[in-house]
Amino acid sequence: MSELTLRVRYFASLREALGDGETVSLPVGSTLGALRDALLARGGAHAQALARGRAVRAAIDQRMAEESAVLADGAEVAFFPPVTGG
Amino acid sequence: MAEQPRVRIQTEDFDLAAECAALRAGDAGVGAVASFVGTVRGVDDGRAVTALELEHYPGMTERSIEAMIDAAFQRFDIRGARVVHRVGPLPAGAQIVLVVVSSAHRGQAFQACEFLMDYLKTQAPFWKKEHGPDGQARWVDARVTDDEAARRWGLESRNA
Repeated sequence: MSELTLRVRYFASLREALGDGETVSLPVGSTLGALRDALLARGGAHAQALARGRAVRAAIDQRMAEESAVLADGAEVAFFPPVTGG
Repeated sequence: MAEQPRVRIQTEDFDLAAECAALRAGDAGVGAVASFVGTVRGVDDGRAVTALELEHYPGMTERSIEAMIDAAFQRFDIRGARVVHRVGPLPAGAQIVLVVVSSAHRGQAFQACEFLMDYLKTQAPFWKKEHGPDGQARWVDARVTDDEAARRWGLESRNA
């Protein structure tokens, strides 16, 4: 197996810009940062919503994660703005 | 009696007195119940707010708050804790969130309650959209002051 399949989800303003989510394939060993780069490289709404310099948080399999985290096949990765609950 | 959930995410309103009563029911060791209720302000930064819309990440939201409650039990000498957080459309004046903590003595209950709120504000996946009287809507920005509050507990917080 040389590829990962990831279930990407978006929330809040990112969801409004990019939709609920999508399936993305990446090389094995890819990090969360590499996933964000791949999405940015599409240009358009993705490049704008996920631009470096914008505050974007992420979770892998429903746990907050840093961009250095290595992704596993089948992982659920969510991108969202800083949280504003409470 | 079935164990009641420590975390509930729901659209319906909650009753503070009923939740306090349920939390301490049958526990003779409880001498203190501390609570916090967050509500929808009708004004934010000078703008009139008619309603908030609360979005969450089903599954992750509950799990993250459960982990926060586990942390509160590890850190404070408390006997019970419960969090209820509403989602969906909430008009100005509505209740949003409830944190209730029981303990033998008040110091630990007060602290654990504040700890849970400061933690929730910076880590629990919810997002608020503010609706104004003229139909304008804007996503609320996270506050640096909430990160600062969380850091006072030693929580690493870089949300805003």
